[in-house]
Amino acid sequence: MVSMPRSRSFKFLMELREKNQARIKELRLMYEVLKKSPLALIGFILVLGFIVIGIIGPYITPYDPIKIDFSNMIKERLQPPSWKHWFGTDEYGRDIFSRVLAGARISLMVSIVVMAIAIPIGIILGLLAGYYGGVVDEIVMRITDIFLSFPALILAIAFSATLGASIWSAMIALALVWWPGYVRVVRAQTLSVRESLFVEAAKAIGVKTSRILFRHILPNVITPLLVLVTLDFGSVILTSAALSFIGLGAQPPTPEWGRLVADGRKWFPTRWWYTFFPGLAIFLTVLGWNLLGDGLRDMLDPKFRRRLEFRKGDTNE
Amino acid sequence: MAELKYYLIRRLITFVPTILGVLLLVFVISHAVPADPARLWAGGEKAKPEVVEMIREKYHLNEPMHIQFYYYIKDLLSGNWGESPVTKRPILEDLADYFPATFELAIASTILMVIVAIPLGIISAFKRDTIIDHLVRLFALMGISVPVFWLAIILQWIFYYQLGILPATGRGIEPSVSYTGLYLLDSLLAGEFDKFVTNLSHIILPAITLAFPGIGVIARITRNSVLDAMSSEFIDFAEARGLHGFQFYRHVLKNAMIPIITVLGLQFGFLLSGAVITETIFAWPGIGNYAVKAINALDYPAIMGTTLLIGLVFVIVNLVVDVIYALIDPRIRF
Repeated sequence: MVSMPRSRSFKFLMELREKNQARIKELRLMYEVLKKSPLALIGFILVLGFIVIGIIGPYITPYDPIKIDFSNMIKERLQPPSWKHWFGTDEYGRDIFSRVLAGARISLMVSIVVMAIAIPIGIILGLLAGYYGGVVDEIVMRITDIFLSFPALILAIAFSATLGASIWSAMIALALVWWPGYVRVVRAQTLSVRESLFVEAAKAIGVKTSRILFRHILPNVITPLLVLVTLDFGSVILTSAALSFIGLGAQPPTPEWGRLVADGRKWFPTRWWYTFFPGLAIFLTVLGWNLLGDGLRDMLDPKFRRRLEFRKGDTNE
Repeated sequence: MAELKYYLIRRLITFVPTILGVLLLVFVISHAVPADPARLWAGGEKAKPEVVEMIREKYHLNEPMHIQFYYYIKDLLSGNWGESPVTKRPILEDLADYFPATFELAIASTILMVIVAIPLGIISAFKRDTIIDHLVRLFALMGISVPVFWLAIILQWIFYYQLGILPATGRGIEPSVSYTGLYLLDSLLAGEFDKFVTNLSHIILPAITLAFPGIGVIARITRNSVLDAMSSEFIDFAEARGLHGFQFYRHVLKNAMIPIITVLGLQFGFLLSGAVITETIFAWPGIGNYAVKAINALDYPAIMGTTLLIGLVFVIVNLVVDVIYALIDPRIRF
């Protein structure tokens, strides 16, 4: 048996591997889930496609998604799908395929901004409520309950109508509506972790509370939160499209998908492509997030997990 | 039955702060979020100064916040929900006119959800991990992923423009008498069967659209709770006792019902918000349609009135669900 030459970088890699063993195992399990569940894999591909188009979409549009070409407008307007215009054209002669591609950026941006506001609020309030309990918990949870006594869409409509119809007020409205769900999950997890030995130990040796919260408790809270966030990405995209559809949210000429469906409705059914393709884009994107989130949830479900791990062990040994 | 009574009283007491919370949130959105609520309610930038001043006086907007909240609740309780600058009518009257249509649609959707989703869920559970189970799962995920407004347009395209068998918009013909405000029920009570058929054909597409996302959710919950019930010890016991066929399934289903009822109650609340979109597309004359018209006309008192109404109905439905829950499951009462 020849021993392998062990360079420094190799050693470093081994150490890295050792340190992140749990994480690597987690990723491998995720890979297993994707391999085993075709639906989750489809979801993953759809989501990946959405994110890629969201990033590069505006640069690869065959035509300008916003500017109107007045010289060709009469000739080009409301054309059915063809090789030249895959998704047809709108009433100003703009290429709908280009507008849908550019629209991915807006949905991606909206969902990321909403999450970037709602998740930190949810984490901080959830950690505080779960860790301290008592009065803090009571206050935080009662406020959360109030927000949860409305269906999300209605509350988002009320906020965004009051803030004025624009894409920014829609984002703020959605963030205001979405944080309570995260508080609930984080608090519930925090409650179950709070009593564990490692938290006791950290307290006993005098670790600062903020460090206990963010370094010791938070990592144990992240996984269930991740599933919820994945599923919610779809809901946020759906709700923001609904807001734009009824006239709140994105304003023309922004190629927001919900807005496009609403604009196309005026020409339905003779110009079906105008409303069909933007709606299809919303549907596929949201379906992608939901399929992926559903797969992730399976992965975290102990019953399903054991079955997978067990089967894997079976074939290896 | 004494413990049931105490449970109900306890539940009613916690109901009061919930209602106050709903009022508080709508108050904050309408009074504290906008820089100048009076101007907003009068219709925004183009409002006349004297109208703005009048509203400011009328709603005590010059007073401190907590005093304003007091007046707000007092007004609401005395039936004064404000007046719509667009329809020039009290909001509460407008809502009372539009609500029965929404209620009827929500009921029809709930019935549809129950008769489609629960059998789907049960089949899915008994055929666990087969192709049927996977298809039901995919169908459920598609249900929560499809944009309701897009689905509505596609259904209209298929059933009205292509097949021509169902009407695309409207609520049908008003029955000659109005006992309940629900067209279907009223036309039956009045014995007008031709109107009943027309109205039924009008409600089908909006009801399918509205029920579609919920069907997936309920089917999944049904599947999971049936599976849970089947893996419990009392079912093992029932099997050991030699129960089979109908008797066996009755035990399973009875125990699976409890989570299903809870989710069904929650879904009813979501139906009300889904109605905002669905009613717009099918020109269904309910509060959702009213709200969207209000949004486009910048009619803020109407928007807030609708929000408040839906919030209140949502909370009340949850209360009713909890009470039903306590009635069927004695364990809850303690």
